Amino acid sequence: MSAAIEIQDLLFAYDERTVIDGISLSVDAGEMVGILGPNGSGKTTLLKIVSAVLRGRGEVKLAGKDIRSYSRRELSRLFAVVPQESAVAFPYTVAEIVLMARASFHSPLAFEGEKDLAVARQAMERTDTLALSNRYLHELSGGEKQRVMIARALAQEPQILLLDEPSAFLDLQHQVQILDLMRQLNREQGPTIIAALHDLNLAALYFDRLVMLRDGKIYRDGSPENVITEETIRELYGVPVRIQRDPSVRRPQVFICTTG
Amino acid sequence: MIEVNGTLIVLLIASAIGCSLLGPVRIDLARVIHHFFSPDPDTEILLRTRLPRVLLGMAIGGGMAACGVVLQALLRNPLACPQMLGVSGGASLGGILGLIFFPQWLLPLAGGLLGEISWVPLAAFVGALLSMAFIYRLSLFRGRLHPYHLLLSGVIFNSFIAAVIMFLNSIVDFYQAQGLLFWLMGNLSTRAYLTVGFIGAYVVAGFLWLWSKGLALNLITLGEETAMQLGIEIGSVQRQVFVAASLMIGAMVSVSGMIGFVGLMIPHVMRLIVGSDHRLLLPASFLAGAIFLSWADTLARVLFAPAELPVGIITAFFGAPFFLFLLYREGGKKLAV
Repeated sequence: MSAAIEIQDLLFAYDERTVIDGISLSVDAGEMVGILGPNGSGKTTLLKIVSAVLRGRGEVKLAGKDIRSYSRRELSRLFAVVPQESAVAFPYTVAEIVLMARASFHSPLAFEGEKDLAVARQAMERTDTLALSNRYLHELSGGEKQRVMIARALAQEPQILLLDEPSAFLDLQHQVQILDLMRQLNREQGPTIIAALHDLNLAALYFDRLVMLRDGKIYRDGSPENVITEETIRELYGVPVRIQRDPSVRRPQVFICTTG
Repeated sequence: MIEVNGTLIVLLIASAIGCSLLGPVRIDLARVIHHFFSPDPDTEILLRTRLPRVLLGMAIGGGMAACGVVLQALLRNPLACPQMLGVSGGASLGGILGLIFFPQWLLPLAGGLLGEISWVPLAAFVGALLSMAFIYRLSLFRGRLHPYHLLLSGVIFNSFIAAVIMFLNSIVDFYQAQGLLFWLMGNLSTRAYLTVGFIGAYVVAGFLWLWSKGLALNLITLGEETAMQLGIEIGSVQRQVFVAASLMIGAMVSVSGMIGFVGLMIPHVMRLIVGSDHRLLLPASFLAGAIFLSWADTLARVLFAPAELPVGIITAFFGAPFFLFLLYREGGKKLAV
């Protein structure tokens, strides 16, 4: 397997405050990696650097080439990002939003062609959003919106899919739905998936590799059993926990020990 | 949705003819066609006074509406309009300084050199360029124009300019003050095809430039990060759109003063009809703005003929209630999020 993303000695600071403090990380093509860590540990910033929204010091290579050697148009054919929240300033229909994924695939002076329409339709079928195509995005529920965002990301036909807490505002049913879809996609079509997550139990259930960040550094990197332990959780979050294996899938699950 | 633009083109041509025929003196189209190549008072009025004015109105109306659309997208704000950008204030101040301080003895010299282009629009355009550079510099961070900075610096810069203009207005003599007020209210009176041709070419070129950014503008309204991730070089698009719109607004205000409301209202009305896709919305707004302002100016000429109203009164007087009616009927649902 070749590396989809290689990061060497990455540093990033907002003005004086260091957010990423020397991260080196390599993700193979087709891997599904969950990024964990408390608020402010650098998860979102790391994703923004990998998707070229921010530029850090150090080396970031995509498919063996330096990230700075790509144009935005090229990057958007390689990468898709599912944001935490979607805001639109003007009313667009779901179909219009998903078709915007194709902006880098057709001439900037033209409308979308047959191929673009077909890809968008497929992405919407996949995410169960086809029935919403003529609704306005801002009228949808949180779960529906997030599915539209995923449809748009899929319509970019990405080799690498980045998700920033994709289920942060969703109820349990929708969280599970989205993670199921991610796992299915990863197995069938093989895009590399990197997701920043808050929910430790869902992360342990769905991801084979977890990377835990602390103060802009990698604190643990490995299988859920090695990353989610009573010691690491207490150390990182300052919360006393018990860890037990889920009886059926044998993944670690976190139980919180209340102090009251 | 393409049909909407086709319909608007037909309406535009019909308006150009209709508005040119209406006025204090009614013109008979059949007579004009019959006497087109021979001397005739009707043909003379139509070609020398009416048509250039109607064409100027169309250029300004279309340009203002197109600039309104792109500013609303660029600033991601449904309240944005050409009058909000500092450029319009800069142009007004430039024009007024030109009116007050232009040394009269230079007039024959300048007139000889520049033909029918007069001194005041040039001074106004210089004011527009200076204020554009100033606002641009204020809002530029790391190669990107910050929408809130653009908006705030524009609004505050314009209120500063308004204070300066009021100050100048209170120290000049009565006749000059009347002249200033007349210039500020904006009007489309012109006899020079040179001016019309220059502004028309300028506005159409600017519009085409903006139109070519239609797809990028769609993505920009989704937010900067999303636009970047979908492949847009956001800084470059922002700078191009700001400069193109500012140059257009500067030139339009220099020639015709501050004609309000077209740039705010037309984009919203057209968004209701064709949706928010800028590849369709921009040409539709351009055409609708041209049609709207040519009829508003015709009303301004006809209502109290032979006296003329400032066209800005008509645009706001008829435009505002119509717009509020639309807002009421649609519940604002399709206008903005």
